[in-house]
Amino acid sequence: MTYALSRTARLALATLAFASLAGASHAQQGKLKVGLMLPFSGTYTALGVAIENGFRLGVEQQGGKLGGREIEYVKVDDESDPAKATDNVNKLIKRDNVDVIVGTVHSGVAMAMAKAAKESGTVLIVPNAGADAVTGPMCAPNIFRSSFSNWQPAYAMGEVAGKQEKKKTAITITWKYAAGDESVSGFKEGFEKAGGQVTKQLNVPFPNVEFQALLTEIAAAKPDAVYAFFAGGGAVKFVKDYAAAGLDKTIPLYGPGFLTDGTLDAQGASAQGILTTLHYADGLNTPRDTAFRTAYAKSFKLQPDVYAVQGFDAAQMLGIGLAAVKGDIGKKAEFASAIEKARIDSPRGAFSVGKSHNPVQDIYLRKVDGKENKLVSIAAKALADPARGCRM
Amino acid sequence: MRRLDPFLPLLCAVALALLAPVLSPYVSDFVVKVMILSIFALSLELLVGMTGLVSLGHAAFYGIGAYATVLASGTEGGSIALLLPLAMGSAAAYALFVGALSLRTRGVYFIMVTLAFAQMAYFVFHDTKVGGGSDGIYMYVRPTLGAIDMENRGVQFYVVLAALVACYGLLALVRRSRFGAALAGIRVNEQRMRAAGFAVYGYKLAAFVLAGALAGLAGFLLAARDGVVNPELLAWHNSGEVLLMIILGGLGHLRGAIIGAVAFTLLKELLSTHGFVGPLADHWQLTLGIAIIAFVALLPKGIIGIAARLSPKGST
Amino acid sequence: MDIGTFLVQCLNAVQYGLLLFLVASGLTLIFGIMGVINLAHGSFYMLGAYMAFALSPLFGDQFIVMLVAGVVLAAIFGYLLEWAFFSYLYQRDHLQQVLMTYGLILVFEEVRSLLMGNDVHGVKPPPWLEGSFALGSLMSYPWYRLFASAACIVLAVALYLVVNRTRLGMMIRAGASNRDMVRGLGIDIRKLYRIVFAAGVALAALAGMIAAPMSSVYPGMGASVLIICFVVVVIGGIGSIPGALVASLLVGFVDTFGKVLFAELSGMGVYVLMAIVLIWRPEGLMGRKT
Repeated sequence: MTYALSRTARLALATLAFASLAGASHAQQGKLKVGLMLPFSGTYTALGVAIENGFRLGVEQQGGKLGGREIEYVKVDDESDPAKATDNVNKLIKRDNVDVIVGTVHSGVAMAMAKAAKESGTVLIVPNAGADAVTGPMCAPNIFRSSFSNWQPAYAMGEVAGKQEKKKTAITITWKYAAGDESVSGFKEGFEKAGGQVTKQLNVPFPNVEFQALLTEIAAAKPDAVYAFFAGGGAVKFVKDYAAAGLDKTIPLYGPGFLTDGTLDAQGASAQGILTTLHYADGLNTPRDTAFRTAYAKSFKLQPDVYAVQGFDAAQMLGIGLAAVKGDIGKKAEFASAIEKARIDSPRGAFSVGKSHNPVQDIYLRKVDGKENKLVSIAAKALADPARGCRM
Repeated sequence: MRRLDPFLPLLCAVALALLAPVLSPYVSDFVVKVMILSIFALSLELLVGMTGLVSLGHAAFYGIGAYATVLASGTEGGSIALLLPLAMGSAAAYALFVGALSLRTRGVYFIMVTLAFAQMAYFVFHDTKVGGGSDGIYMYVRPTLGAIDMENRGVQFYVVLAALVACYGLLALVRRSRFGAALAGIRVNEQRMRAAGFAVYGYKLAAFVLAGALAGLAGFLLAARDGVVNPELLAWHNSGEVLLMIILGGLGHLRGAIIGAVAFTLLKELLSTHGFVGPLADHWQLTLGIAIIAFVALLPKGIIGIAARLSPKGST
Repeated sequence: MDIGTFLVQCLNAVQYGLLLFLVASGLTLIFGIMGVINLAHGSFYMLGAYMAFALSPLFGDQFIVMLVAGVVLAAIFGYLLEWAFFSYLYQRDHLQQVLMTYGLILVFEEVRSLLMGNDVHGVKPPPWLEGSFALGSLMSYPWYRLFASAACIVLAVALYLVVNRTRLGMMIRAGASNRDMVRGLGIDIRKLYRIVFAAGVALAALAGMIAAPMSSVYPGMGASVLIICFVVVVIGGIGSIPGALVASLLVGFVDTFGKVLFAELSGMGVYVLMAIVLIWRPEGLMGRKT
């Protein structure tokens, strides 16, 4: 009896001891551990892959080392699932002891990551998720973003719709989730400032794509314009359904770039002529952009998109910070201030990060022409997110 | 060994309490998660194992407890003395509403109706401004009470452990009480209980509300642990998983709920770790699905059932 | 809302309701006859949608032929699935059925992911159904949606005829009201079950195929349909096909007009409806009192 108990007890203690040690690895001044928490499965897989590609290209172009240190990658598939987000990011921080976290696409997951990073002090660079909160109430000295905030392209579109296109009334339609809500309120702010009025705000539960009833609503209300925020498959369906209802001929459709980015093949004729705003466009024709596009196409046999650019710039930001602290990621204050003072030479055009660590950048107005989102003009120059609620 | 059997749960709790300071942060986090899920599973055990009511919507009460905690925390954080009863109370209130309506049905209807009501709650948090929509909301400051500050990981561990011990103790008491005996009678033969003059509906509703309240407790602890909540906490996948836990562990035993919670969480973890299953880790849904089917088909009495079969004198 | 818009919204509501009916009728049949609660029923709907995506390039504009081919394939799949898996569920209690079919959903999701990937796909309607016709000066209504409604009505009528005017239908109705008696009368209940199950799968798959051009094809589409179907079956009454029809149309109206009138709470509308029915008639509108 006693023998059996103590044997089990010994086994249990041994397991626990081993488990305790398993977590206790030290990060020396050897390789820099970068945790890539991105969607490697699910609807956003292509985006996750593009961001990783862009990041790796960025590291490669800086000589394969950042701040004199080689990079060791640890990848976690976040499956775009906010429910697992906390556990996944804790794996990176506590089990794998990464020095830097790069991620992610889905705003809900990014919020959980930001909360964990804020608490542990680990450097987090967000290469896509536009949730205003990440550089708003959740902002922190160790959290940076290389992409955009949902407010930015939306506000720019609102201004364009009111001032340039001279629309007076608009109806917005989007999925009922944070990105959609923030985009719509950004548009509303810009549109109302330009003298317009948003008469109705329609919502579709995420990720539902049954738009028929709401399109009927829009047709009956006859606004001057419609602002829609959808991405991926939803964007494809919406633009096609909009055209099928004959609305593309009577009521112009506006949206942030996601409405027509990566979807033009599927949308075909229904998307032609749609105006969108984004911090990137096809046909920028700057030397930096052309060089980036060529290098990317050569390395990955794919055309780059805005997500690849964001990943690339994340690597640039990390490089700038690490160079300033000579690879010692522990020097958080110097790391942050180096990035704050820098001007990042991005394929999208040069930008700097504001006080809240969100890019202050030009927003371009683009028009769908064939299979490209062609640059028309600059919708807003050096637009900074108001970073409401950020206390840094 | 057998003489120690009734004390085993208490011994485990003491062991955990002693081990807490030496566990690595990752393992400690994991153990806290499993303890919270154990409370969640125990609350369902009251419904399914003790009363025989198969609910496929239990995650709703878990999620409501979690959301209530975060929403009432505001920007300055809140006191445990306020937030804990609030979480349990809101979960219990919704359980009262759902139970009052669903208990008018039986069998398969009951299963489908509890599922549907959980979906209703899910949509409230997913689609409306109440929560933060599908991305969820985060808590600025974790709850405190005097010296007990849940921002401190070590304190968190002990608070969760204490809650688990209290929950287990409460349910063990319920089991031994007249109330528990009535529930057992209802599980075995409802008709007979009604004929014997018991207010069956009332007993079932009481069990339903108590189970909801305890799930709310688990939700409160989860919110305190993660600092972030999202609507998926109320999703039916969560309801299905907690049901799986108690089957896996063994229905009808309180320890079964805890064993099931541990086993299921470990199973999920192992099936998605490359170190253990190699390339299959990316297809964890397939392996998990097959594992579930196999377990339920081959081990209807759960893990405790295996132990019972192996032990020669058939002790439970 | 003027009369024109109102009528168009009614059209939308009926179209959605009829599609739901196809899926729900399969679910209620399977439950009513075999007493098996099947959480994986939504996966059959998803199966149909992905079949439409896969087969559409092969069949071009022979859309009806593709639908028939899909139905046959789905029925064969259903027949085999019943034989290999579901027949073992009849002896088990509801809890085990719930959990085993839950495991089945996970397996289906992963198989789908392996075979067809995780992207969202569109399916084009056949060329002879493309385009829209003008509904007054208001807007255009796609031809395909009209076709979908018509197809569902035809199928509903066919279902009614089979259940009420054929021998098979007689056995189904008998089995729904008293399973043991049917067995006692010497009818090969196993064969009957297999046929009913295959029919249920085929109906759900057909609904998925018809819906594909309208709602896109994406992972997780089965889950959303499943829960609404459960609501429909609870409202209509388990085992009752007329109940499923009435309930589906009710749900279609509540959902469509809910979306338009109460944007934020539209998702909840159907559950409120279910709660009301439960208070008034717990066995469903046309269910039998248990």
